[in-house]
Amino acid sequence: MTRASTRLGGLALLVLLACLPLLALPVPGVLPGYTYEPGTLQLLALCWLTAALALSYHLLFGVAGLMSFGHALYFAAGIYGLAIVLDRTDVPLLPAAALVLVGGVALAFVVGAISLRVTGISFAMVTLAFAQAGNVLVRRDQGDLTGGEEGLALATDGVPAALVGVVNTRNLYWLALAVLLVVYLVVLWIERSRAGHMAAAVRENEVRVRIIGGRPYLTKLVVFVLAASLATVVGMAYLLLQSGASPATSTADFTLTLLVMVVLGGVGSRWGAVVGAVLYTLLDQRLAELAHSEAVAGLPAVLRIPLSEPMFLLGTCFVLVVIFLPGGLAGAAERLAARRRPGSDRDGSGPAPGVPAPEGAVA
Amino acid sequence: MSTLILLLATGLGLGGLYFLVASGLSLIYGLMGVLNFAHGSFLTLGAFVGLAAGNLVGAGTWGGLLLGLVVGALTGAAAATATELGLIRPLYDRHIEQVLVTVGLSLATVALFEGIWGPNPRNVTRTEWLASTTDVLGAHVPNTAFLNVLAAAAVLGGIVAFLRYTRYGLIIRAGVENRAMVTALGIDVRRAFTLVFAVGGAAAGLGGVLATQSLNYVSPHMGASLLIFAFIVTVIGGMGSLTGAAVASVVVAVLQQLANFYLNNTGDLIVVLLLALVLLVRPSGLMGRPA
Repeated sequence: MTRASTRLGGLALLVLLACLPLLALPVPGVLPGYTYEPGTLQLLALCWLTAALALSYHLLFGVAGLMSFGHALYFAAGIYGLAIVLDRTDVPLLPAAALVLVGGVALAFVVGAISLRVTGISFAMVTLAFAQAGNVLVRRDQGDLTGGEEGLALATDGVPAALVGVVNTRNLYWLALAVLLVVYLVVLWIERSRAGHMAAAVRENEVRVRIIGGRPYLTKLVVFVLAASLATVVGMAYLLLQSGASPATSTADFTLTLLVMVVLGGVGSRWGAVVGAVLYTLLDQRLAELAHSEAVAGLPAVLRIPLSEPMFLLGTCFVLVVIFLPGGLAGAAERLAARRRPGSDRDGSGPAPGVPAPEGAVA
Repeated sequence: MSTLILLLATGLGLGGLYFLVASGLSLIYGLMGVLNFAHGSFLTLGAFVGLAAGNLVGAGTWGGLLLGLVVGALTGAAAATATELGLIRPLYDRHIEQVLVTVGLSLATVALFEGIWGPNPRNVTRTEWLASTTDVLGAHVPNTAFLNVLAAAAVLGGIVAFLRYTRYGLIIRAGVENRAMVTALGIDVRRAFTLVFAVGGAAAGLGGVLATQSLNYVSPHMGASLLIFAFIVTVIGGMGSLTGAAVASVVVAVLQQLANFYLNNTGDLIVVLLLALVLLVRPSGLMGRPA
């Protein structure tokens, strides 16, 4: 496949997805109803936003090789930041969003500057600790700002009417798709920019980058802040879609599910991150439905208990993929394509490097 | 004054729990370079199974507690050994994948525990002595704090003695220093890996049963919440350093208690600030080897 035909295919897919709210396609077993129904559109929009978030994590983990366990912090910052600004002030949506984005960038800069002082596993733990602090703040509900465990409902005064209510789900769907497209293009742009190449070089061999005069710390910080800002943007769209903020989005488990999506799709592959996120969201939703179905309720306890826990099935799937399918879905697809066309080159859709080598690994 | 003593005592007790989790994490990381996210699950499983075994003898009796502690530690060790053999070993020397596998395992097992024992915390029955307090210089110190400190000190002493005076301990210490060299000398380090996992799992399982006595409940999520602080302790103490983990456990837990009381419940945040501060001043932790 040439690069031009890949692009054409992508464009056709985008047009099809954009037209979904106008069509009445049933996809039995995958979607809960026809594609124009609000329930289906809500689920699909959730898929697109999750995919956008997974892409921002891909930038961090796949491109720069930074395994962060605290990416949820910036997502939650977008959600709660916008929810609080809309709740407490009369600022309209767009200026409020700009304000929150500035706040998100500042937060990412400070946390990134501190946590990037360590590398590898320690970095993962430090980001986890900061995200945990954010989670504690959100749950503690200081000054009635965040609503504690119950979360915060979206104050709709400043939001345009076209983005409020079940009737307008299709507008939110288009917003979500637009966010995914923008995030995809930004990630693509960063990956092809000098900073992106530098980040990939740092991932592969940090010492070497330093020797040839590069500045690994600065490069990593730039990528960290960019990925976090994208997460903040996705978070704001997520607030509009869900019309509320919930503390679950700030937990460490939420970041772990992002990691699961990216690894499931294939580390280092943009499409892998998107496919992994969409697959994960759909599976999560369908498995939850399976859990409450009568077919499962009638089974003996040995089968019923595992089957009624979606997270158990997803976690098990994830472990199996890590052990038996290195490179995730993208890696498997590539191997399959290579087998079908022996001797041919890999297509131009960007290489899918393996999982980055850990820093400080004992040889 | 009595408040301060109480806070210090409860801090020490909490520090004992942190150490029981962090010691395993630190040992495993030091030897194998694996960050074990499933460690919290060993703890939770140890707590549930240990309590169930204790209830067979009688809830709230000393015999039940003793049996619970033994069974909890054994369960933790068995779960950890199975994890090492089944999931970690096939991914030998691929550290990121090993971390990912333990992440998947922790997500799956917490969900499974929820399915089996229900998502909500359950109260436990304690012995009369553990449920009461002792007067120390005017402070009513909960007796669980003494038990935790005692157990943590015993585990610390046991692990140190094991590392210093046994052949396997020697291999583990040598492996932490330079694994390639140990392998080159013809010693099978992999058996030491399994052993380290088993010891870490046993400490976590023991910590799980003790945690139920301090918290007065058992829940599928108790492992995860202790694990995060154990991570912080491990980083502050220096990854791979047992003494560092012990010192950091006490510092973190006492600071947390003090801040919770004197600074408007900000213990968790203060701990994260301490972590940031330590990283700014000494990126390798209190007693870690400089990077």
